[in-house]
Amino acid sequence: MVEEEGFRRYVAHVILWIGIAIVAFPVYLAIVASTQDNALIANGQMSLLPGGHFFEVYYQTIFVGTSGSTREPVANMMLNSLVMALLIAVGKIAISIISAYAIVYFRFPFRMPIFWIIFITLMLPVEVRIYPTYKIVADLHMLDSYAGLSLPLIASATATLLFRQFFMTVPDELLEASRIDGAGPLRFFWDTLLPLSRTNMAALFVILFILGWNQYLWPLLITTRDDMQTIQVGIRKMITTTDALTEWPVVMATAVLAMLPPVFVVVVMQKLFVRGLVETEK
Amino acid sequence: MQKQAIFQSKLLPYALVAPQLAIVLIFFYWPAAQAVIQSFLLQDAFGLSTSFVWFENYIELLKDPAYFEAIVRTFFFSFAIAILSLSFALLLAVMADKPLRGSTLYRTLLIWPYAVAPPVVGVLWIFMLHPSLGVLSRYLRAGGIDWNPLLDGNQAALLVILAAAWKQISYNFLFFLAGLQSIPKSVLEAAAIDGARPMRRFWTVTFPLLSPTIFFLLVVNIVYAFFDTFGIIDTMTRGGPGTSTVTLVYKVYTDGLLGGNLGSSAAQSVILMVLVIVLTGIQFRFVERKVTY
Repeated sequence: MVEEEGFRRYVAHVILWIGIAIVAFPVYLAIVASTQDNALIANGQMSLLPGGHFFEVYYQTIFVGTSGSTREPVANMMLNSLVMALLIAVGKIAISIISAYAIVYFRFPFRMPIFWIIFITLMLPVEVRIYPTYKIVADLHMLDSYAGLSLPLIASATATLLFRQFFMTVPDELLEASRIDGAGPLRFFWDTLLPLSRTNMAALFVILFILGWNQYLWPLLITTRDDMQTIQVGIRKMITTTDALTEWPVVMATAVLAMLPPVFVVVVMQKLFVRGLVETEK
Repeated sequence: MQKQAIFQSKLLPYALVAPQLAIVLIFFYWPAAQAVIQSFLLQDAFGLSTSFVWFENYIELLKDPAYFEAIVRTFFFSFAIAILSLSFALLLAVMADKPLRGSTLYRTLLIWPYAVAPPVVGVLWIFMLHPSLGVLSRYLRAGGIDWNPLLDGNQAALLVILAAAWKQISYNFLFFLAGLQSIPKSVLEAAAIDGARPMRRFWTVTFPLLSPTIFFLLVVNIVYAFFDTFGIIDTMTRGGPGTSTVTLVYKVYTDGLLGGNLGSSAAQSVILMVLVIVLTGIQFRFVERKVTY
């Protein structure tokens, strides 16, 4: 019986390592390819071991870009992605936490209609209203701008609902106590509620940052200038339709650079990430 | 449910909801309303006049074989991706749920692909299985398979499904693991005492108790396959060869780029909206049930 249990554990280890290998193999291949010579890769002669062109390829990718006519250093694309991801994450948290505060801690006419107006946005991702949204952003002269990249993606209710749920669990005594101390609504929000919400904000930030960094369809549509490209859009433009001209080591280095920030966040802030993921899906 | 302790203020609450309300109205309701209105209008060829045509745009759309094919293809992709990814993730989660040495390491090594963006997933997979330079294609060809997803529509579809399922493994794994860990150990022990073998314990105890998680993930995966596959398809096959990997979202995108029929494009958006609302509605009903469960 005990021996059989040991055997089952052994099988579990093997299956898990096979799973990890399947999950990691495409990424391993990208890392290896980003250190090799393009000619070898294009011939289908790619080696499965790292090559010697690491510094050369990454230097070119980050500071120069592809050799094609629409070259754009990937460092610049990463900066655009970073600004967009931060704007989406911070913007969404900021506007959601104050509107949730109003809805939970105040009674005012149209409170519930306003809540429902916000709540309904939960249902429709930007993809389904892509062209009408594009037209509005164009009319507002926000194409090729950080505002145009981030504002339409901020319009969603997930964070509002999350903060509302959390505020409902905050004991009433806290408010009464701070009222006795003579604190008004803004003071209570700033000194009591905000510090209490720190973990929730952090968990939400992790998820929203990853979602923002990984946006694709919307930036693809509204950026026309090369210097406003995000990294996800940039990588697509590097794969030319005539395969012979694609510089695969640069493409793969860009893929690795595109994965680095969000993967780093997931691995390093795993607890917050899991918490944020589970809570935003509720 | 309402709070008892509240603040009194006439203007402050409006000031607090104003930013979110403004953004939601401008970037959500206004475009959504535009789409609905547009979908009932028909513009003449020169864009000089528009007329109200009721459901003509929708009828035209549903009569269009290309659109009908895209609907069928989208649902087929969705179910294939969901089933493939869910079963693999469940297997891994069941293994990782055992008291193993290094289980936190396993978890870390299995969840990070969540952070890989769809277009990057597309790039990774086309590189791996590219007909002329893909590392795995060599082996496929050596095995006698005429592998060319850039020319063969079925192979392209298979490639999209595999790549999309790969990306979704980590998400499903995490939720399955959480679901497994919430199953009371006493129930499993009782089954073991009754003499149920591990395999039997899984199918008669664990699996039924996990069904809320499975159903929740099924809906999430289908919604994911609807929208997030766009990035994968666009970097990998661009809808081709022919139209063999054109999904509903991809069709909205390409039809819009061509800039032709505004009404038809709007009708496509509205149909997508309705589909998502139905799916989300199912999910909400289900989440309600889980709370009381």
